[in-house]
Amino acid sequence: MNAPVPGALTSSLLYLDGVSVSFDGFKAIRGLSLTIEPGEMRAIIGPNGAGKTTMMDIITGKTRPDEGTVMFAGSVDLTRLDEAAIANLGIGRKFQKPTVFDFHSIEDNILLALKSKRSVLKTLFWQTQAAQQKRIDEILGIIKLADKRDRLAGSLSHGQKQWLEIGMLLAQDPRLLLVDEPAAGMTDGETAQTAALLKAIARDHSVIVVEHDMGFIRELGVKVTVLHEGAVLAEGPLDQVSANERVVEVYLGR
Amino acid sequence: MIGRFLFSTMDKRGHVFLALVAAIGLAVPLANLLVPAGSPFHVSTATMSLWGKYLCYALLAISLDLVWGYCGILSLGHGAFFALGGYAMGMYLMRQIGSRGVYGNPILPDFMVFLNWQELPWYWWGFSSFPFAMLMVLLVPGLLAFVFGWFAFRSRVTGVYLSIITQALTYALLLAFFRNDMGFGGNNGLTDFKDIIGFNVQAQGTRAALFATTCTMLAAGFLIARGIVGSKLGKVVIAIRDAESRTRFLGYRVDRFKLFVFTVSACMAGVAGALYVPQVGIINPSEFAPANSIETVIWVAVGGRGTLVGAALGAVVVNWAKTMFTSGLMAPYWLFALGALFVLVTLFMPKGILGTVQGWWEKRRKPEAVPAAEPAPAE
Repeated sequence: MNAPVPGALTSSLLYLDGVSVSFDGFKAIRGLSLTIEPGEMRAIIGPNGAGKTTMMDIITGKTRPDEGTVMFAGSVDLTRLDEAAIANLGIGRKFQKPTVFDFHSIEDNILLALKSKRSVLKTLFWQTQAAQQKRIDEILGIIKLADKRDRLAGSLSHGQKQWLEIGMLLAQDPRLLLVDEPAAGMTDGETAQTAALLKAIARDHSVIVVEHDMGFIRELGVKVTVLHEGAVLAEGPLDQVSANERVVEVYLGR
Repeated sequence: MIGRFLFSTMDKRGHVFLALVAAIGLAVPLANLLVPAGSPFHVSTATMSLWGKYLCYALLAISLDLVWGYCGILSLGHGAFFALGGYAMGMYLMRQIGSRGVYGNPILPDFMVFLNWQELPWYWWGFSSFPFAMLMVLLVPGLLAFVFGWFAFRSRVTGVYLSIITQALTYALLLAFFRNDMGFGGNNGLTDFKDIIGFNVQAQGTRAALFATTCTMLAAGFLIARGIVGSKLGKVVIAIRDAESRTRFLGYRVDRFKLFVFTVSACMAGVAGALYVPQVGIINPSEFAPANSIETVIWVAVGGRGTLVGAALGAVVVNWAKTMFTSGLMAPYWLFALGALFVLVTLFMPKGILGTVQGWWEKRRKPEAVPAAEPAPAE
């Protein structure tokens, strides 16, 4: 599935080149270039306002870039598609603030995310097949919420909601996962478990993680991209990046 | 497949509701036709038609609850779809008058003769046929909702803005239907009906049949709405209500789902209007008045939003209270009472009558019960 498509312009799963976007004159992203290889997990860090969330908005179709190229799987131009089309291509997103469907049971949250035909008629006459139910049960097991499946998602703790949302991403079975601050507001124990969960997911998915928590990034042990003022400041292993003087300056404000 | 769709997710509340509607639909016409007038069990034709009107409102309330309670679309113009269904039925009834009108014209309704019109406008063609008229009862409101929704939902108009344009929609139609040259009878509307499928509209038997039909349609509307909200589509629609952009990022085309429920709901409102007209005996532009649509929202809020049964209950309770209030010394104060009712329900019974009663019931049965699902506050 991750093999390059014939006629592909690039072998990368995600390819951003020279992307810029501004809001009311403020340049949120200026000339951002980034590639993610199939199967890669990448951590993105950067101070507030570095353009991390805007970058995710561009990839998922929420924001249109003013200029630049955004290609998925070598040949799909993401700047021409809307959110639903991009989601159906296989790009899943977890938001910074956990957004689950509070008035649905945990199981229904997973069911709604489960990879399937999204048309009006297909959902109207939907019947969950045995294989699909098995997959739902499997995911509930992975995110450790199987015993709470009938509870409303709104009754979950913050950390559990984060996991439920990661479970929903798993159910979507995307080729690329965008995960925005998965460890925000979690206890140390929960953070470690979340890192383990993401590492397990990264075994057969490409993942982009945006995070502030350096301990968490260290735990993931992957290549890091540092964003600053809407462009890439540094890229490489965490140790190398954190030794970079410019990075230190940006983070510590020297 | 259809049976499974309609009944598989039916809950106990739904069964009680259906049984109640069936019982009323049978008992009231029988009590009207078979019980002698002197008996305390006799239901007069006037009372039956009055309750028939309430049940039409109940169907309208269910249709509104489908879009507001489940999909979060606060339509302040649902009265427009109700009135359009009513006009379609009214046009059929007008054509049935034939040469029995005041002017005795076999083709043209009285108001057209009065306006010196020579021939029937094209949009009146076909309305002498009952099946055609019934098709229009569904099609006209459905098509309007589809076109309106197509533009509104694709442009991602939501919340208060959407409410305001639905209100503008019904107001625009009100003004249009008031005009004589629209060809719908101007401010007098359509009235003086004689026959419906060959039966005298005023006759007791016809009234009883109309009442029973209203109950049947109310049950059918409830079953369809219940089938929709119980399906996976219903779950998507609730997801849209609670977290629209999240639903979009899951790959659902939010505008299409909204368009589907909005259109189904408009058709349902049209049916309610069509049943209302022969029982009330008139349809005029005041049915498009924005205040009517707002009252419908109040019925749903009072009964319990997002419950379907509650919406129907609210419509009957509020309209029954309205009849009590407006036919006596209290008449001038009805609007104050209605306003007060809305404020009190919002403050003290945010889940409406049904939600509150259910809350008490669950507390009595299992004190530590998890709170029941309730819709998020309106945007």
